[in-house]
Amino acid sequence: MAILNIPILRWGQPYTSLDTEDVVHFVTGETLARVSQANTGLLGRDMRLSERARQVLTEIPISELIATMKKAGDLYLNATLSMGDGAQTPDDFARQQSASTGLPEHMCKANMSKNHFVLSNMDKILDALTRGLDLNILTRGYGIESRGVMVSYQAQSPVLGLVLPSNSPGVHTLWLPVIPMQVGLLLKPGPQEPWTPYRMTAAFTQAGVPKEAIAIYPGYGEMGAEVVRRSNRTMIFGGLPTVERYRGDPRVQVHGPGFSKIMLGDDVVDDWEKYIDIMVDSVFLNSGRGCINCSGVWASRHTREIAQALAERMGPVEPKPPEDPEAKLAAFTVPGAARAIWNSIESGLGEAGVEHVTGKFGSRLVEKQRCGYLRPVVIHCDSPDKTLSNTEFMFPFVSVVRCTQNEMIRRIGPTLVASAITNDEQFQRQLMDATHIDRLNLGPVPTIQLDWLQPHEGNIVEFLFRPRAFQSRLEKVAV
Amino acid sequence: MHEAKARLDAQVREIVEWHFNPETGCPFWLEFATKLDWDPRSEIHSFEDLKKFPPFEDEWLRGGPVRRWLPKGFEGRPLFTFETGGTTGVPKSRLAIEDFRIDYEMFSDTLPDEYFPRGANWLMLGPSGPRRLRLAVEHLCQHRGGICFCVDLDPRWVIKLIKMGELAALEKYKAHVIEQAITILEAGHDIRCMFTTPKLLESLAEELENRGTSVKAAGITGIFAGGTEFTPQYTRFAMEELLGTGVYLTPTYGNTLMGLACSKPVTPDDGYKITYFAPQPRAAIEVVAFDDADRVVEYGETGRVRLTTLTRETFIPGFLERDEGERERPCDLYPWDGVSGVRPFRKLAAQTTVGVY
Repeated sequence: MAILNIPILRWGQPYTSLDTEDVVHFVTGETLARVSQANTGLLGRDMRLSERARQVLTEIPISELIATMKKAGDLYLNATLSMGDGAQTPDDFARQQSASTGLPEHMCKANMSKNHFVLSNMDKILDALTRGLDLNILTRGYGIESRGVMVSYQAQSPVLGLVLPSNSPGVHTLWLPVIPMQVGLLLKPGPQEPWTPYRMTAAFTQAGVPKEAIAIYPGYGEMGAEVVRRSNRTMIFGGLPTVERYRGDPRVQVHGPGFSKIMLGDDVVDDWEKYIDIMVDSVFLNSGRGCINCSGVWASRHTREIAQALAERMGPVEPKPPEDPEAKLAAFTVPGAARAIWNSIESGLGEAGVEHVTGKFGSRLVEKQRCGYLRPVVIHCDSPDKTLSNTEFMFPFVSVVRCTQNEMIRRIGPTLVASAITNDEQFQRQLMDATHIDRLNLGPVPTIQLDWLQPHEGNIVEFLFRPRAFQSRLEKVAV
Repeated sequence: MHEAKARLDAQVREIVEWHFNPETGCPFWLEFATKLDWDPRSEIHSFEDLKKFPPFEDEWLRGGPVRRWLPKGFEGRPLFTFETGGTTGVPKSRLAIEDFRIDYEMFSDTLPDEYFPRGANWLMLGPSGPRRLRLAVEHLCQHRGGICFCVDLDPRWVIKLIKMGELAALEKYKAHVIEQAITILEAGHDIRCMFTTPKLLESLAEELENRGTSVKAAGITGIFAGGTEFTPQYTRFAMEELLGTGVYLTPTYGNTLMGLACSKPVTPDDGYKITYFAPQPRAAIEVVAFDDADRVVEYGETGRVRLTTLTRETFIPGFLERDEGERERPCDLYPWDGVSGVRPFRKLAAQTTVGVY
């Protein structure tokens, strides 16, 4: 297959940089694409045109943009679209995304379906996220809502900056509602995952979104920081240092590790076997890569048996080629990454009270010529004090932690998704009040189960639009 | 090329004789020689012979007394000390008397008068304080008959702000520096030339455009830039989008230890490739293997930059720079090896903070 040359997109205008980075196949080493890398100054200059991105979108009614999203979703899922100086079929896309990110092809296809679903149901999603607001109010900036009250929503930025990850194609659903809200996109793709931003852009523009509304700046490390610096609203994906760096900055929505958990109340823990399937799905699906994958199962008793049962289910799983429909594990395509993670886990295993339960199923680290795999790891911790009791890695890794119910909420720390299985009303009340839990599932709900009509880690509408007071006595106001 | 090599070898012999002669040498090298079981003055005949010295350690340049670097032959002369590093801890120091003037006068000969007119005034928009660059640029300007206007810029504070994650303060400081520059440019001093760094040039151009003007409209025709990494893409961007036609940009690579390496003229036809050549024979650059600093890599291959300084004021053999690049062939203008694609050495880059300056 010919190498694709992928340019920077400067509000729709392709620009080939003198700096390029190759995207390579993690198994064969074949160069899949040569991606132009932007210097930060390009972005700085182009931000002068960011207002235009919103302007061209506001010229199209939101209802029309929603219909365009549906069309774009179909194109994204089914059409041959332009990709740099070449073309890309849906199968090419899944193959290429798999080849550079390490995610098995069938998981890439599943992510395509998710994106398609979101684009196809944009009307319902926006209705839910805006709580039934007349969407024309977002365009006009004010209006009378259904209960007869004047409301005003002010866009906080003409564009949303996105600093996207390389290794988790599932996150792209989060920015799909932005264009229909008439806000432009300023995308900085992850180095190994240029595919979704470019394919989605091709689908959007072919469906009718003005090309001036979307810019893509692949780049080195400083480009991510530049996107945050230049855009008044940015969604960034990263590890704990990124989370710390931007904590408290109202212009930035940071998506870091989730530390998602399943908690078993004392009232149900003796029936733990009933919930093993939910636990396995939460830990294991999508190769454990997502922030919504479960990395901790917390209970006051039976923890060793739970760990043992999880290990029996997941421990034997072995890596398979990315094109194998039975492949369950994603590869780490960054050289040395799998070994570094394993070394980090191993150093925690020496602590008293920590037991590696999957050890008997063979070595967890599998190193290949250009990539590495980590087979599922189940750890048992006899208390929350252990280093590995609250850790997250980007593969199926779970710590089963013994902790009293009284202490559980206090000790779990920041948790993106908590699935709390309990019928204890007092415990449920405490869980409802716990501000360090973001998404709460009460009952046997897998942590990875999403409801597209609900916000994820902050409501994107509230991030992009500020509700404010508005009064008017003008006989004629701007429409 | 043979002539250049002969000049380099002659310079080596002269400088080694000077620094290791008890009548003229500096305390550091004279004491160093007492620990060797060979005599540099009798055994060093060529540039290659300098490999007999152990690798130069930059730690030797930290701390006092700085006079240990003063050759006896220069005692009584007015001295400068220039510093590099020093964001935390003791900076590296280099004593100087005339070297910085000589280096920049040599560099001056490479500047086209059309864009750097004789007698024109300059703006030094770069680091101030205990840095060689500040005085060197001023001397360059004076040497060409102009007056140099300067701003205050403390790069150590910039690096501290970055390390502390104080990005808002960093932006304010950068704006403060640019404000100083624009105030000078708009004050009627008829400034035509400037020194600046890639990032500050970007910020200056952006702010001028925000005010409805441009670098060119401000009267600048020649820019000598350096201080941080210069890429072909940046150079193209600067020429095409920040400056436009009529403003000449010359990238340089230098530091307190070496002086200034000039670039061949950078052109679109050559893909904006930037190839630096050291001011030989006063300094020489080699591109050496990462795993063997005594092995020069083949032309076009990547290696670490190794610097040798050969002046009567300073002798530094085989100093491994914090940069890597590709070895380049000699050219008509500079009949000795050059280096292109200079960038932070990959093993050190992760620990290095590059400031706005």
